[in-house]
Amino acid sequence: METFINGASWCLLLGGSFFVVTGGVGLLRLPDFFTRLHATSIPDTLGATMIISGLMLQAGWSQPSLKLLLIMVFMLFTGPTASHALAKSSLHGHLKPLLRVTKEIEP
Amino acid sequence: MLRAAVLFMVLLLLWLLLSGIYEPLLLGLGIASCAFVVWIALRKDVLDAEGLPMHLHLGRSLHYAAWLAWQVFLSTLDVTWRIWHPALPISPGVRHVPAELGDVARVIYANSITLTPGTVSIDVDADRILVHSLTEEGLAGLEAGEMYRRVKHLEE
Repeated sequence: METFINGASWCLLLGGSFFVVTGGVGLLRLPDFFTRLHATSIPDTLGATMIISGLMLQAGWSQPSLKLLLIMVFMLFTGPTASHALAKSSLHGHLKPLLRVTKEIEP
Repeated sequence: MLRAAVLFMVLLLLWLLLSGIYEPLLLGLGIASCAFVVWIALRKDVLDAEGLPMHLHLGRSLHYAAWLAWQVFLSTLDVTWRIWHPALPISPGVRHVPAELGDVARVIYANSITLTPGTVSIDVDADRILVHSLTEEGLAGLEAGEMYRRVKHLEE
């Protein structure tokens, strides 16, 4: 049973790390500010959720698990608010989003 | 007054769960600080439908949260695939989507749009939300309106 929980925990931690790295790669590859904003929401949501779930499996049914759960809930509430604040301020700063580009982007 | 009582109970529950030490002194400090926060909230007059949205259906909210988590998972996989794809197949776009909702529901809707990877709400008006999407499919999905209908359902 313990091996199974440890295995599940490792999978969640590794998977979460993969999505955090994906967010970083997206930040480098995507062409402009607004599209890069989308890359940052991957570590914020699935990355954080998977890593915190993996840590909760390590902590078991205990108070630290509950605190981790609360951290996750607060991140899910505040993350989008911060993204929205960034997007709104850059639009009001007259930053024009790049539109309808598919193949001709430089890698 | 009902809202003040509910806020006090929620704060006290949070204190009890987070402290984990049940001695008279710390319990007393907990009760005192919760009462203090409720007093500040009453003085600032923020205990209204916006500060403590009790008119939303709790069961439906939990059901919506589960549905949203699944949508976030699906769109994360989609955006992840696009980021790692050598050709970077994106088609960014900006459009207004209709949002004729109450204040709290509009915030939930805008936050859900931002929480879902691939779409970000940029500007919120009285009856519509300006959305930037990484792909044309993302905008089309919002315009199909399933998320909108589910959020509207929370208020009824």
